[in-house]
Amino acid sequence: MAYEAWSADTAANIIRSHEGREGALLPILHDIQEAFGYVPEPAEPMIAEALSLSRAEVHGVVTFYHDFRREPAGRHVLKVCRAEACQAAGGDVLAARCEKHLGVAFGETSLDGRVTLEPVYCLGLCSVSPAAMLDGRIVGRLDEKKIDKLMAETA
Amino acid sequence: MAGLRIYVPGDAAAVACGADGIAKAIPPLAAKRKVAVEIVRNGSRGMHWLEPMLEVVTDKGRIAYGPVEMDDLESVFDAMIAGGAAHKLRVGVPEEHPFLKKQTRLTFARCGIVDPHSLDEYLAHDGYKGLMKALADPAGIVAAVTESGLRGRGGAGFPTGIKWKTVADAQADRKYIVCNADEGDSGTFADRMIMEGDPFVLIEGMTIAGIAVGATRGYVYIRSEYPHAIAVMNDAIRTAKNAGYLGRSVAGSAFAFDIEVRVGAGAYVCGEETALLESLEGRRGQVRAKPPLPAHKGLFGKPTVINNVLSLASVPVIMDRGAAYYKNFGVGRSRGTMPIQLAGNLKYGGLFETAFGITLGELVDDIGGGTFTGRPVKAVQVGGPLGAYFPRALFDTPFDYEAFAGRDGLIGHAGVVVFDDTADMAKQARFAMEFCAVESCGKCTPCRIGSTRGVETIDRIVEGVEPEKNLAVLTDLCNTMKFGSLCALGGFTPYPVMSALTHFPEDFVPAPQKQAAE
Ligand SMILES: Cc1cc2nc3c(=O)[nH]c(=O)nc-3n(C[C@H](O)[C@H](O)[C@H](O)COP(=O)(O)O)c2cc1C
Ligand code: FES
Repeated sequence: MAYEAWSADTAANIIRSHEGREGALLPILHDIQEAFGYVPEPAEPMIAEALSLSRAEVHGVVTFYHDFRREPAGRHVLKVCRAEACQAAGGDVLAARCEKHLGVAFGETSLDGRVTLEPVYCLGLCSVSPAAMLDGRIVGRLDEKKIDKLMAETA
Repeated sequence: MAGLRIYVPGDAAAVACGADGIAKAIPPLAAKRKVAVEIVRNGSRGMHWLEPMLEVVTDKGRIAYGPVEMDDLESVFDAMIAGGAAHKLRVGVPEEHPFLKKQTRLTFARCGIVDPHSLDEYLAHDGYKGLMKALADPAGIVAAVTESGLRGRGGAGFPTGIKWKTVADAQADRKYIVCNADEGDSGTFADRMIMEGDPFVLIEGMTIAGIAVGATRGYVYIRSEYPHAIAVMNDAIRTAKNAGYLGRSVAGSAFAFDIEVRVGAGAYVCGEETALLESLEGRRGQVRAKPPLPAHKGLFGKPTVINNVLSLASVPVIMDRGAAYYKNFGVGRSRGTMPIQLAGNLKYGGLFETAFGITLGELVDDIGGGTFTGRPVKAVQVGGPLGAYFPRALFDTPFDYEAFAGRDGLIGHAGVVVFDDTADMAKQARFAMEFCAVESCGKCTPCRIGSTRGVETIDRIVEGVEPEKNLAVLTDLCNTMKFGSLCALGGFTPYPVMSALTHFPEDFVPAPQKQAAE
């Protein structure tokens, strides 16, 4: 997925577009991440100032939520559901297969920056489990063939 | 001949099984055969093992085929053109299918039937009738909801009418309606299905709540893992605004009400109501100590109704058909219907809405058809990651808040996750502790530290390190978490752990080869 390189102007525009909004911090962070692929550190003081918060408060929020990245992800992000309904349908074996084939542990990005492997705790696809999400696209009824195909797409 | 009307669900469960590709592939097939088609992206009927389940409108009604994969599409399409003709994937009239026929669909009455993007269809299928009755007698709404016996569908089962009354009675310049669409429990997807399949019913329910308590602003807090639901809700809110069902004058009345979607950021604990409010305010999702209740001091310190999607989406039918009608379904203090979600290792997974009282065994064996692996069912986790694991011996438990509580379990958001006999219950118990450790908001020690200790202790037990002593430690830890945690994350994690230990003690005995290796 193509993201913009860090730009203070873009960040300022995003922040301004939320002016006057109640509880604007999460919406701002989502938009920042959508633009840059992560929440660049220089964005934090800008957001803090706009919302009259301390920098530590903004930083605390960024680090609290699993979604917000502090550094760019790989070119592809593969999220594999690790929650119970997917476990019950054989998800653990597939998850281990992903780690092995991609050569990364969950939460890591491959050295060549190709793919980030992340756990997700339920995609609401528990009736068509095991499930995963590749770059925002959801896939259910995973088996070895299907997960291998997904991994091949990250090549 | 008018165009062929074909339904291809846009529900995420169908999409995850290839529905988008199918929808795209139909027009070229139609062009080749020179037939005009209209494709409707409906919600799902909830028979998820049949997804993508396509339906064609014929003079015999809608005829379904499923699960349709790309390889079968062309022949299915030809059968559709032939007026819903025979095919190996032909399901027939969906309503006649036993899985749907056995259900009582009140909350999910329209899901899978209507086009979720069409307000006209919503209106044609009894949509906004509840609002009209509410507007005719605004002062009577709270009493009707109370009388219906509706209890919170998010997990705690608190009577919705009583919550609303507290907020209605509170004096404030501003009040809020917050819809909890964080649906973090594994095994649950009913909120997602309603938002994707019948979004206007949630909008209507929230609007009625606003009128009942005097709130003018609503938020729907949707988890970020649900991009499809977010898109459909945003679209429906825009449509409702343009049509005058939201805004300064709701349906021409003196009431104002507006709704905005807010997106979560991947924190399970933000499904807890006070953590959710913190998150909406732009803070870390840390649980607030209660009191004050959100009904007194909620979002931005104002009186706030916070309800689950299903609670709010059940209100329109209650207002429309009457409290007595709704209350007539169910048993004991569990009134009305529950959209139960059948998931995991199950042959017939999906959404099954029925009156309270059906037994767990009926759900798993009769409706769900047992496991898809064909192996015996070993355990069923009901109520998400904080719910207990039940063995077959408890399959006579009726689906009812009190009955489950009476057996040290909970129905929670009514997710039913089935495991076959290959499941290792010590591993499941360990996962429950691990999940709690990962998702703890960190505010209270029993949850934050207790869960980490829990993982270590279970590891020691299965490794055979002083098992008796460590089993006692685990039981002790669970007690501390149960009674000392600030919210149900730490407080209920002992349910899956202790139920696994109580019902499947053999899984906690170290494997002989492991002992030998030591
Ligand atoms: C850790 C935790 C997670 C929760 N997650 C959800 C959730 O995802 N959705 C939900 O509706 N309620 C959830 N709840 C329950 C809410 O705190 C609250 O009871 C509910 O939103 C009230 O609405 P209701 O009365 O309509 O059920 C959760 C509770 C806890 C302790
Ligand atoms: S548990 Fe994996 S999608 Fe719900």
